[in-house]
Amino acid sequence: MLQDCLNYIQGNGSDIALRIADHMKISLIALFAAILIGVAGGYAASVSRRGEKWIMNLFQILRVIPSLAILVLLIPVMGVGMKPAVTALSILAIPPILTNTCVGFMEVPPFMLESAKGIGMTEWELLLHVRFPLALPLILAGIRSALVEVIASATLAAKIGAGGLGEIIFTGLGLNRTDLLLIGSILVGMLSLGSLGIFSLIRRILMPYKYRRAV
Amino acid sequence: MNNRRMIAIEYEQVSKQFSKNAKPSVDRVSAQIEEGEFITILGSSGCGKTTLLKMTNRLLDPSGGRIILFGQDISTVDPVTVRRRMGYVIQQIGLLPHMTVEENITILPKLMKQDRETVRSRARQLLSMVQLDPDTYAARYPSELSGGQQQRVGLARALMPDPKIMLLDEPFGAIDAITRISLQNELLRIHRETKKTFLLVTHDINEAMKLGMRVMIMDKGRLLQFDTPHNIIRHPADPFVEALIRSAYEQQSFWEGVQDD
Ligand SMILES: Nc1ncnc2c1ncn2[C@@H]1O[C@H](COP(=O)(O)OP(=O)(O)OP(=O)(O)O)[C@@H](O)[C@H]1O
Ligand SMILES: [Mg+2]
Repeated sequence: MLQDCLNYIQGNGSDIALRIADHMKISLIALFAAILIGVAGGYAASVSRRGEKWIMNLFQILRVIPSLAILVLLIPVMGVGMKPAVTALSILAIPPILTNTCVGFMEVPPFMLESAKGIGMTEWELLLHVRFPLALPLILAGIRSALVEVIASATLAAKIGAGGLGEIIFTGLGLNRTDLLLIGSILVGMLSLGSLGIFSLIRRILMPYKYRRAV
Repeated sequence: MNNRRMIAIEYEQVSKQFSKNAKPSVDRVSAQIEEGEFITILGSSGCGKTTLLKMTNRLLDPSGGRIILFGQDISTVDPVTVRRRMGYVIQQIGLLPHMTVEENITILPKLMKQDRETVRSRARQLLSMVQLDPDTYAARYPSELSGGQQQRVGLARALMPDPKIMLLDEPFGAIDAITRISLQNELLRIHRETKKTFLLVTHDINEAMKLGMRVMIMDKGRLLQFDTPHNIIRHPADPFVEALIRSAYEQQSFWEGVQDD
């Protein structure tokens, strides 16, 4: 079994590399779009109380629909390929980011705003130097869980011809070859872990104060 | 008083009603505070101390009356401008956790594009003034400081723009008794050194009498008495003031009783 796997990897190195590249491309584009929409939507939701209920509910509902169903539903609208795959993955990734962003902004302590306002910050400076940095830990936590979900679900993209590591797994399923299933799954897992590693590095750079030990 | 000093703050029949049916939180308060005075505002919880203070830097706007700072009606001045001319310190301090001590102190002058080196050296000078060694503390994050040290930074941040008026809302309310005493003494020293006008809110009568050259005593939104500690103790103008003073005496006689045992 292990030998089978190694043989396959040796014989199909460039093919596997292409799958990994596609997988990451789909995932990252989807995540990036979800960050833009999720952070903007989450902030908007936190600002207006009524908007908050609306937007949060909408995305809670979207969350319940299985990603596979979204994929299939998108085919008649967008056809097959990368576009529907990225769209479906974004829809999947938006809720955790949006929810966390909204909560992050709403939980900025009033006294923080009062003291910053009291020393003379404008509304814009308040957003930039108080609200956003204080909401950032939660926003990043939302992005982190979105990242994990997207990389795992991107496997399904192969179903509609968008490529990625799903190709290997679905081929394995079709041909009943355990070695392919194994390789595909392990690679997805490694991508997940690798991205999480890079992500915590980014967190460290963005929020050094969270990591420094008390002197 | 012959060498009349400037009036720094003038409250003219100032009222604040948060909603139509609510009782006024501040009720027709009139008072004049001279430049360089250290004024304390004393009263029980909910009597309107914070509301009065927040109207002074336009965090709130009065629903009646006028507030005049150095001759200028503040309702005609942009709120951000009013606040940038004044220091503001609150009990919860509100240092930004993602900025170092130095960044916290210098954020506003930096936003106002003041010369970086000047700002930096003033920040270090102010840290020394509040008894924090700049070399040790400037680069720390607030989470790496004790509550008392954080409030020293809060004071330094408020002093940064060299304001003529300092507003302090129970700055030592969350600080232990021993640290509080030393911070009080330092506040008095800073007042002597800088000759700024201080307005400090407290519900601790000992703190109010110790720090205040004159004390404003408030109850239910009204200003009951505004006088020197000496005159207030000798001639309480109201049963509430009398009760307040009696409570301080009772506390003191408890301690004396313990000493006699
Ligand atoms: N934003 C607000 N909306 C409505 N009512 C308010 C608001 N802020 C204060 N009040 C009311 O105004 C009154 C005075 O409040 P204020 O905060 O000025 O009291 P305080 O003297 O500072 O009390 P404490 O010593 O507890 O801080 C209280 O009855 C309070 O409920
Ligand atoms: Mg108060």
